[in-house]
Amino acid sequence: MKAGVVVFPGSNCDHDAYYAVTQNVGAQAAFLWHQQAAIPGDIDVVILPGGFSYGDYLRCGAIAKFSPIIGAVKQFAAAGGIVMGFCNGFQILTESGLLPGALIRNTGLKFRCHPVDLRVETTQTPFTSLAEKGQILNIPIAHGEGCYTAEPHVLDQLEAEDRIVFRYVRNPNGSARDIAGICNAGRNVLGMMPHPERAADPLMGSTDGLVLFRSLLSVLAAK
Amino acid sequence: MSTITPEVVAAHSLTPDEYQKILALLGREPSLTELGIFSVMWSEHCSYKSSKVHLKKLPTRSQLVLLGPGENAGIIDIGHGYGIAFKIESHNHPSFIEPFEGAATGVGGILRDIFTMGARPIAVLDSIRFGPLDDPKTGARNRRILEGVVSGIAHYGNCFGVPTVGGECVFHKSYDGNPLVNVFALGVIPKDKIFFGRAEGIGNPVIYVGAKTGRDGIHGATMASDEFTEESKQKRPNVQMGDPFLEKLLLEACLEAMYTGAVVGIQDMGAAGLTCSTCEMGSRAGTGVEIDLQYVPQRETGMSPYEIMLSESQERMLLVADKGREQEIFDVFNKWGLDSATIGFVTDDGMLRVRDHGAIVAEIRNRDLADEAPIYDRPHTRPHRNVPMEAPAFASADLKADLIRLLASGDLCSKRWIYEQYDYMVRTNTLAGPGGDAAVVRVKETGTSVAMSLDGNGRYCYLDPREGAKLVVAEACRNVSTVGALPVAATNNLNFGNPQRPEIMAQLVEAIEGMAEACLHFETPITGGNVSLYNETLGEGILPTPVIGIVGLLPTQAPVPSRFRAAGRTVMLLGGVGATDEVHFGGTQYAHVLLGQMWGLPPALDMALEKRVQAAIREMVAAGVVDSAHDLSDGGFAVGLAEASFDGVGAAVTLPASALRPELLLFHEGPSRILLSTNSPEEVTKLADKHGVPAVAIGATVHGQVVIEGYLNATVEELHQPWANALESALHA
Repeated sequence: MKAGVVVFPGSNCDHDAYYAVTQNVGAQAAFLWHQQAAIPGDIDVVILPGGFSYGDYLRCGAIAKFSPIIGAVKQFAAAGGIVMGFCNGFQILTESGLLPGALIRNTGLKFRCHPVDLRVETTQTPFTSLAEKGQILNIPIAHGEGCYTAEPHVLDQLEAEDRIVFRYVRNPNGSARDIAGICNAGRNVLGMMPHPERAADPLMGSTDGLVLFRSLLSVLAAK
Repeated sequence: MSTITPEVVAAHSLTPDEYQKILALLGREPSLTELGIFSVMWSEHCSYKSSKVHLKKLPTRSQLVLLGPGENAGIIDIGHGYGIAFKIESHNHPSFIEPFEGAATGVGGILRDIFTMGARPIAVLDSIRFGPLDDPKTGARNRRILEGVVSGIAHYGNCFGVPTVGGECVFHKSYDGNPLVNVFALGVIPKDKIFFGRAEGIGNPVIYVGAKTGRDGIHGATMASDEFTEESKQKRPNVQMGDPFLEKLLLEACLEAMYTGAVVGIQDMGAAGLTCSTCEMGSRAGTGVEIDLQYVPQRETGMSPYEIMLSESQERMLLVADKGREQEIFDVFNKWGLDSATIGFVTDDGMLRVRDHGAIVAEIRNRDLADEAPIYDRPHTRPHRNVPMEAPAFASADLKADLIRLLASGDLCSKRWIYEQYDYMVRTNTLAGPGGDAAVVRVKETGTSVAMSLDGNGRYCYLDPREGAKLVVAEACRNVSTVGALPVAATNNLNFGNPQRPEIMAQLVEAIEGMAEACLHFETPITGGNVSLYNETLGEGILPTPVIGIVGLLPTQAPVPSRFRAAGRTVMLLGGVGATDEVHFGGTQYAHVLLGQMWGLPPALDMALEKRVQAAIREMVAAGVVDSAHDLSDGGFAVGLAEASFDGVGAAVTLPASALRPELLLFHEGPSRILLSTNSPEEVTKLADKHGVPAVAIGATVHGQVVIEGYLNATVEELHQPWANALESALHA
């Protein structure tokens, strides 16, 4: 597996994602600059990392969606390529229309950084195939704008199509229906507010994030 | 007629004598721009004119010190080809006037000091002090200042992508009109890639990079060197505005530009902006710097040379490049979408020559600005002190209720409400985050870790500045040792009142001397720091508050936690129950919180014993014989025991027979004590004996209970709840 970690101006979890993939997962990784208009052929997975792309000016992810790399990511995803967005990456995915809904200010109006418990709601995705349904994962959050919101019919549809991948056990930000992560209809694009790359090393207190990367490894190996 | 009237001189916070010195150095009358340049470079903030003679007393060298004071940050060798650059800096005055921007730009300034050296910042800690949140008159303002300062730190650090991993938050009425915001930052640097703020190489281009220059922050350094009066609110435009996104781009671009090999010297534009960076870079290299202001990127029109030279707009750097390789640098900054422009060149005449469209607007010798500032050996008498030596009559009616009140007090309660607003995990290095004795981050490049602790104690230093300063150093070193790290270096932030008052100057002098003695003893040379004077509002000074930042090295990656981990372990008190009497009890949290008083002296410190206790705990951690270790300090034994229990595992202990009154026994703050739990009490005793320190077995860990036999009996929950909720309830009262 080779992951392409996108670097926007203001990305600040890019090195963390790169480190987790190469050092904790034992796979390969490369950085992709935001001005690149194509995803290199050897990339299996695109990661949109956390941070403050373009300073989060206007709205989180609102400017990133116009960058050349997002055009390339859209094509990559349309062709079935695997895309993961963590935190700011999730915000960019909703802004660019790759995932439905939006992420708005936490209901508490404060930035929150702490580990949270997530429940795995579906294993029918390449990101959770090795997890168990109902499994609890302890993974940190760190965001000010992580309150997931969408029209009721969109939420109903996400539920009906089994596209809610993670829910918070204790909702930290006011997200609709406790949603922490969702996937697209094709099930190859994942967006989540928590940071699995921060729960990949025993020294960091939790390795619960590794199951996402290991699931991808097994799915890609089976291809 | 001369434009430089005595009023103009006074408005620049220069004394008539200082103005005479300027006339003598120049051999002529300065222009207004030149006067402005002198006033910022000779301000207390930039020149350390009141403290310099005493700062020389601080130890600055050891085998590990790669770079001591004088550059943007000190650097320590951590082995494996790497060093760490670190420094602490204050942003007290701006944070009072405009809490959010003041604190945010404080973080921005210290981060630039670190990456100017070529180091990538990996940790920030902050030491913040406010007036009481519940004061009927000033509480609302203090709450607003605290919320603003915390949001400002969070905003800047989170966006920049550096974890805020620890610090301290303290309350006292003397900080009512004078909040203290001291920010510490640390970065990792390859030893062979250290950059200096020197304008080397005659003819080399001087390049301006980063944000455009605006009118914000003009005379910030001068403001930071004045007392506050009723007019201070009018100084709001003096406070700078920060943009952490720009700073993040500046970081990446600077490191990338350095990597090209085309950068000869680099310095950030912080206090005194373009003025300070040009003349200091020239002065350090013994060269001259000539610039033309027409090439400076500006975000406002019609700025005068005076304004451009004195602006403290944030997120700017000045660098000197190898002549002919400018384009490599421009390419990097273009890639990151930042301005970069050649604004001048290095000369051989030692002058700072500023032109505006060719016409000379200032021409001053660099060394006159950077090194010839007046130095004052200000008169100092006995340290200011207005409390009795003798203790008042007091007695505790209910030790458990007292403990709960202490745990819910401002200084001791949980700071979770604050630190959860900080991204303390970004960069995935945080092994011990906020809330423990010391913060620990791993260094991925070396496979080792760095421990850091910030510590200050205004009450101790008020009672005895010399002993108080020693205690502060001892405690910060103990914090670092308790997680298993060897303290190796220090940075200090000296927060004091008006040095022109001899009794305040005496506080400063004695605190520096105490700090010097302790840093020498604990082998933690001070590699840099900051002095913040004139922390007074309407004649009321703050408690003397020297803050020390201690950095320690951990040979492995995993620190020992501060809380009990499992029931059935032996609980031991390394260093014993300690000694005290009523006179040495007057600076404790008990006296402060429960009696609302201060008297006597700070706890007595035996530095030789302290050093042995620290060596013992480090060896125990390294040998893997302790399960948890927590240093006893604020609030004494009972508070330390409660804190160690907050993961749910408490302890039932019996203290050895003592002649001390219960209040003193449970709450005295005698240093050199560490509370630990272990599965190998014999091994602990053996190592304690080896270092010649007592290690008393006092009981065992148990689930859910905190029992001090004969004194108090509580559930962990009874103690935890008030501790956990106090700050949030105080803020939303």
